Amino acid sequence: MDELLGQTEDTDFVVTGLDGPRTRADRFVSLSFRVMIRRTASIVAALTGAAFLLAAAPVLAVQDAPNKKLKIVSSLPQTGSANAQTTSIVNGIKMAIDERGAMVDGFKIEFEAMDDASPQKGNWDGQIESANAKRAIADPAVVGYIGTYNSGAAKISMPLLNKAGLVMVSPGNTAAGLTKPGLGEPNEPAVYRPSGKVSYFRVVPADDIQGAVACEFCRNDLKAKKVFILHDRELYGKGIADVFKKTAEATGVEVVGFEGIDAKASNYRSLVTKIRAAAPDVVFFGGTTQTNGAQVLKDLRAGGAKIPFVSPDGTFEKAFIEAAGKDSVTKEQGGVYITFGGVPSEMLTGIGAKFVKSYQAKYGEIPEAYAVYGYEAGCVLLDAIDRAETKDRAAIIAAVAATKDFNGALGTWSFDENGDTSIRTMSINTIEDGAFKFVRTAGGAAKAK
Amino acid sequence: MQQTVAAAEFLAACALSRVDAVGGFARDGLLSSQEVFTQQLVTGLSNGMIIALIAIGYTMVYGIIELINFAHGDLCMLGAYFALTVVGALGVDQWAGTGGIMGLVLVLVGTAAFCGSLNWSINRLAYRPLRKASKLSLLVSAIGASFILVNLGLFWGGLPMDVFADGTSSAAPKAFPALVSAAPAAQIGDVIYSRTDLLVLCVTLPLMVALTYLVRFTKLGKAMRAVAQNPTGASLMGIDVERVIGASFFIGGSLGGFATVVYSLYNQTVSFQMGYRMGMDAFIAAVLGGIGNLPGAVLGGILIGVIRSMSDGYLEARWTNTVVFGILILILVFRPSGLLGAKLREKV
Repeated sequence: MDELLGQTEDTDFVVTGLDGPRTRADRFVSLSFRVMIRRTASIVAALTGAAFLLAAAPVLAVQDAPNKKLKIVSSLPQTGSANAQTTSIVNGIKMAIDERGAMVDGFKIEFEAMDDASPQKGNWDGQIESANAKRAIADPAVVGYIGTYNSGAAKISMPLLNKAGLVMVSPGNTAAGLTKPGLGEPNEPAVYRPSGKVSYFRVVPADDIQGAVACEFCRNDLKAKKVFILHDRELYGKGIADVFKKTAEATGVEVVGFEGIDAKASNYRSLVTKIRAAAPDVVFFGGTTQTNGAQVLKDLRAGGAKIPFVSPDGTFEKAFIEAAGKDSVTKEQGGVYITFGGVPSEMLTGIGAKFVKSYQAKYGEIPEAYAVYGYEAGCVLLDAIDRAETKDRAAIIAAVAATKDFNGALGTWSFDENGDTSIRTMSINTIEDGAFKFVRTAGGAAKAK
Repeated sequence: MQQTVAAAEFLAACALSRVDAVGGFARDGLLSSQEVFTQQLVTGLSNGMIIALIAIGYTMVYGIIELINFAHGDLCMLGAYFALTVVGALGVDQWAGTGGIMGLVLVLVGTAAFCGSLNWSINRLAYRPLRKASKLSLLVSAIGASFILVNLGLFWGGLPMDVFADGTSSAAPKAFPALVSAAPAAQIGDVIYSRTDLLVLCVTLPLMVALTYLVRFTKLGKAMRAVAQNPTGASLMGIDVERVIGASFFIGGSLGGFATVVYSLYNQTVSFQMGYRMGMDAFIAAVLGGIGNLPGAVLGGILIGVIRSMSDGYLEARWTNTVVFGILILILVFRPSGLLGAKLREKV
C-alpha cells in the first residue's frame, strides 16, 4: 500500500501542482478521488460547482429530471391515539391526488406519508418532525410538505422548510401565533420565517377565532358566569386557553382559575378538588386527546363535578370518546362541548359532501373531522403546482400564496398575506350516545378577499 | 313517633344534600379550606397507597439482588392490559352485586398471578444468566426488558376486542370500565370519600399486612432476609438462593399486579405508556423511603402521593414534579440512604 501511495504521490506533483507541495495528510485522500484530481483543474472546479448547486438549489435537478416526477410528502403523528384522525387525513390527501390521476400538468405526482410521532411519546416528537423536514428538504423531487397536525410540531419544521424554500400546507395547525403577528409570543411569526417570505399556509381557521367562539358559547348558551381554564402547556393548548381567557375577561365572564396540567399525570383528582373549591359553571380544557383531555374529564366526573366540559378541536376525534368512556361524556354528567374550526363531515355541502360520499364508498366509514382538511390541503397544493409556470419550489410557493377564491370542499376561500384561510366558520359539537353531534355553527361566514 | 319522623327527615335531608353537592355545585357555600385540605389528603393517600404497592416491588428486588428493576412499571402496565382483557372476556354488563365482587376478586387474583409469573419469567430469562456479571449488565438487561414489555403492550392494545375499541388504534389510551363506581361511599360536609378510595384501602392494607407477616414470620421470609444480608452465607446455610430470588420476583410482581388493577379502577384509563409514570413514581418512593427497606417503600409511596396532591392543590400543577424532586434531593442530601434506609451497606 505504501508503495502504491508513493507512486501516486509522485504523479500528483507533476500533474496537478495546484496547491504547492503536498502534505502527508493527502495520503489519506482516497485513490479514486486522486484520479479525478489528476484530470484538469477545470473539471475539479466544475464538479465542486455542481456539488454546490445540488446542495443549494435542488430545484434545478427536478427540472432536468427526464421522467418528470414531483413528490408531495405529509408529516403527521401516526403512532399514538391521533392515528385514526391522521390516517383519515392521509386518505384525504390520497383522494385529492387520485382525483387527478396522480398527474399534474404532465408531471407524475408521488406521495409519501411520514410519521412524526414516536412510540415513546405516543404523540408528536420534535426530533422526528425535524428529521422529516430535513429529509423532505434533501429530496430534490419534493415540492410540497403537508403537515403538521400539532402546532408544537409546526414550530420545529416551519423555520427549516422556510429557509429551504419548500412550501408547507397544514391541515391541522390552529395556534394563532404561527401566522398572525401580535397573537402569540413577541417574536412570532417572524421567527418561523427566516427567509422573510411566507411559505407556510393553513386551510383551518386559527385559534384566535376558535378560543373566542368557545368563550362566547360558554357565556351565551351555557350561561356561564365563572369558568375554570386548564391547558396542557403546549403551544396549541396554552395558546387557545390564552385566547379563551382574554375573551372571558373582556366579556365579563369571571376566570376563577387558570392552570397548566402535567399531561403525563395518572390522574387529576387534586386539581378537581381545587376546581370544586372554586365552583365554576364550566371547565375549559385547552389541549388534545393526546395530552390527557379524557383523563381530566373522567376525574372531574369522578370528583363529582357535573358541569359542562368545553374543549377545542384537539379532542374532536373518536379516540377522545373511546378514552373518556361512555359514562363520563353524557349530558346527565354535565355534558361535553367541543369547538371545531369548520363543520363536521356530515354537515358539509357541495364538493365537501361529494368528498365525504366518495370517502365512505372507498374506506367504508365516515371520515374523521380533519379528513376533509387533508383533502383540501392536497387539492390546493396540486392546484398551485398546476398553475406554477416552472415546477420549482419557489414558483410553487408563489402559486400557493396567490390562491384566490379557491372553490374547494370547504367552500370558496382564499389565502391571506399571512397564509391563513379566509374561512371563519366554526362549529360547536357535543357528544350523544357515544358519537359526536353537531349543535350549531358559530363565528361568521367566509370573508371573500 | 316524633323522633322517628325527625330521624327520617334528617336522613332525607342528608340524602338530598349529598345529591345536591355532587350534582354540579348547587350548594351556595364553597368548600371550606379545611374540607379542601381533607379532600386533598384523601386523594393523596389513595394515590400514595397505589404507588407504595408498586414501590414494594422495586425495593424487594433491590434488597435481594441490588438491581433496580426498570421493567417493573411496564410489568404493571401489561398487568392492566391483562385485567382489561379479562374484564372484556367476562363481559362488563353483568357486573353487579355479589357477582360483581366475585368478578373483581377474580380479576385481582388473576392479574396478580399473571404479573407474578411474568416477573418470575423475566428474572429467569433476563437476569439470572447475568447473576455473575457486573451490576451494570443487569441494569441494561432490565432496561431492555422494559422496552420489550412496552412494545408487547402496544401490540396487545391492537387486539380485536370490544374493550380495545376493536383494535383500531393500538396506541390509544383505553377506557377501563368503572366496575367500582366513583360515587361517594360517604360524605362528611363536602369531603367525598369515594368507593374507589375505599377500594384502594381495602386492597392495599391487607396486602401490606400479609407481606409483613410473610417476611417476618415465615420460613420463606427468613430465607429472603438471609439472602438479602449475605447470599453466599445463606447458600452455605443450605438456602436455595435462586429459589428465594425467584420467589421475591414473584411476590413483588404480584403486588404490582394487585396495584395495577386498583390503579386501573381508580383512574379508569390504561395506556401502553402508563408504565413509565407508574414506575417512576414508585422508584422515587422506594428511594425516598430507603431502597431495600419494605416499610420505607410504603412510607415513601404515601409521602409521594400526599406531596403530589398537596402541590397540585396549593401550588400550581406545573410545579408538582419540581416539588417532588426537590424534596427527594433534600432528603438524599441529609439522609443519603433514604428515610428508613440502613445506615450504609456497600454492596456494589
